Amino acid sequence: MTDVEARTEGAAGPVFAYAPAPESRDIVHLDAEYGLFIGGEFRPAATGRTFTTVDPATEEPLASVAEAGGGDVDRAVAAARAAYEGGWGKMRGRERAKYLFRIARIIQERARELAVLESLDNGKPIRESRDVDVPLAAAHFFYYAGWADKLEYAGFGPSPRPLGVAGQVIPWNFPLLMAAWKLAPALAAGNTCVLKPAETTPLSALFLAQICQEADLPPGAVNVVTGAGATGAAVVAHPGVDKVAFTGSTEVGKEIRRTVAGSRKRLTLELGGKAANVVFEDAPIDQAIEGIVNGIFFNQGHVCCAGSRLLVHEPVAELVVDRLRQRLATLRLGDPLDKNTDIGAVNSAEQLAKIRRLADAGSEEGAERWSPRCTLPERGFWFPPTVFTGVSQSHRIAREEIFGPVLSVLTFRTPAEAVAKANNTPYGLSAGVWTEKGSLILWMAQHLEAGVVWANTYNRFDPASPFGGYQESGFGREGGRHGLEAYLDV
Amino acid sequence: MSEPTGRAEVRRTCKLFVGGAFPRSESGRSYVVSAADGTPLANAALASRKDARDAVVAARGALFGWAGATAYNRGQVLYRVAEMLEGRRAQLAAEVGLAEGLRPAAARRAVDASVDRLVWYAGWADKVAQVLGASNPVAGPYFNFSVPEPTGVVVVLAPQKSSLLGLVSVLAPVVVTGNTAVVVASEDRPVPAVSFAEALATGDVPAGVVNVLTGRTAELAPVLAGHMDVDGIDITGAPYRAREELERLAAANLKRVLALDDVPETQPTLRRTRAFVEIKTVWHPVGT
Repeated sequence: MTDVEARTEGAAGPVFAYAPAPESRDIVHLDAEYGLFIGGEFRPAATGRTFTTVDPATEEPLASVAEAGGGDVDRAVAAARAAYEGGWGKMRGRERAKYLFRIARIIQERARELAVLESLDNGKPIRESRDVDVPLAAAHFFYYAGWADKLEYAGFGPSPRPLGVAGQVIPWNFPLLMAAWKLAPALAAGNTCVLKPAETTPLSALFLAQICQEADLPPGAVNVVTGAGATGAAVVAHPGVDKVAFTGSTEVGKEIRRTVAGSRKRLTLELGGKAANVVFEDAPIDQAIEGIVNGIFFNQGHVCCAGSRLLVHEPVAELVVDRLRQRLATLRLGDPLDKNTDIGAVNSAEQLAKIRRLADAGSEEGAERWSPRCTLPERGFWFPPTVFTGVSQSHRIAREEIFGPVLSVLTFRTPAEAVAKANNTPYGLSAGVWTEKGSLILWMAQHLEAGVVWANTYNRFDPASPFGGYQESGFGREGGRHGLEAYLDV
Repeated sequence: MSEPTGRAEVRRTCKLFVGGAFPRSESGRSYVVSAADGTPLANAALASRKDARDAVVAARGALFGWAGATAYNRGQVLYRVAEMLEGRRAQLAAEVGLAEGLRPAAARRAVDASVDRLVWYAGWADKVAQVLGASNPVAGPYFNFSVPEPTGVVVVLAPQKSSLLGLVSVLAPVVVTGNTAVVVASEDRPVPAVSFAEALATGDVPAGVVNVLTGRTAELAPVLAGHMDVDGIDITGAPYRAREELERLAAANLKRVLALDDVPETQPTLRRTRAFVEIKTVWHPVGT
């Protein structure tokens, strides 16, 4: 065990000990190798190239996965086109719906297996994969299944048409859930899909491909091409793709925007964030503390909408920070498959290095760093929950997306100052506000430039609720009736 | 155009419309605008890149007030623009006829359609949120609703052919929801746009909500597409070959880009309005 650079003043240790409560990993059977899912079948990459996906909690290899090259992407797009012009594209909405309902049901039936798989490949706590990722993925298919034969009621005219072949590139933080967010509305609207999961978390998308087979989804309606950035770039740039949907960093989002310029491809982007979580003096403090913790430490902070900037009203700033430290001291970091675990592993060595770099910048720029007493496992990629106080708006940790369990605390005196500070970012994905005053909640909600505003709650998601950003957090919405617009020619 | 006998006409100077004022171009430049048959009509201000940036500053300054106005108020203000145009139909029809080479009856139809289109959009101001918003039935004890909000400062490259109806068709759907606009008028047919700006100035539109530039689209469009304080751009009026470059420039701050060719539509829809709103979703717990 290695000791963390951590200061523990003001924080109590864990109040009581837990016995380990590991979820069994035996429920997941992993093959040694996984192929690409093209035209309804699994096949190796044409070049024979593969890459290895590892368990970030142990650095043990999980499986070898095919790395799709340009030729494979060609074949996947061709398969999607054939399905669009054939079976899936010609199918009536009410029939499409039944396939999506089937997929939702199979996800529910295999929920435990998928949860363990997701925790293995991603490093997130089983509590989260079991209670959030997998049920929401099933719910997303269930929700959009119902739209498939009701598109004329969605508010886009009497007979909205699908776009064609959708190229969809998704991130590693919610691998299965993001696949569901992309596939479900696209399929419901009658499109076919080429999905490129993230390099470090390809497995749940491949399991989802198996589920599509199990559901007898027409071949080619969903294709999964695994690989790294080059594979994603090939999907985005492919002339046979009619629509591009991307979730990931703002930097890559801008590159994709440039790639599709002039192509007439439709584009939606769900990108980074640097959300403000604003706590007023009259907030319900106990609930706010839970909301702050959930806001930034959910999924190790690998959340684009994470509440990474805590804006606290000056009169309660000391109280909130003290209570927050006490609460953080009770968080349990470790084995993602342990049902008691609150903080799992960082997804990759690369991401860990980025978090360390930015946290170090926080210290160097003069903010005060604090972590609870916390020992990190020797193997794997880990970062302790970290809170910076004395942060100013110019600090990198207040401006740049860290995408890790690092919270920057700033203070304010008036609602107007809170809004000015909250909006002082090129991003605009989400925001939080905590107060018992209803009129202040609604005033804040009006003035915060963010696509999602959580009031007296944080990090809630639902398939019926539109999600997406303002400004450099991207454009387009996922979820709800609004999420259909991205996949219809309207 | 001098007249040997009788009264000499009072010619108009065609100026820019920025922040509610009518400046000449800061560059001191102007260009000759001709009628469709080649007859010189007027000198129009040849806006510079600096004028474009000034117009963005004016639009940004007006955004808070316009976006924060009630929808009812915005609807009345737009309706008032229609009232101002109604009284100038004869002048506008003459200008549209000359600019576009239309017979008088066709020019009058274009002007009438422009006024009617403004009325159509004015009526949308306090209905858009009901049609584009939603109450969302989430699976938990939360009240959850979505509302459309203005994207911010939006640049509109007005259609090149339809000098007035085209302009109204792309501008009204942008400002009705609370965006503020920087319009680049039809390059070769700017006179009706200048008269439109003069009508705006006599109505109730707050200064800076609509800013009208005349000049070279090819000179102004890249500056505005790459401007970091512009939130969206309708590039309908740009030449087709310029679109790729403008879209690439717009990536700098991920502007929302609209490029539709069906302008002016015979029957407008909400499509243009949808392109420049942001859907905001608010959650709150339900409990005792």
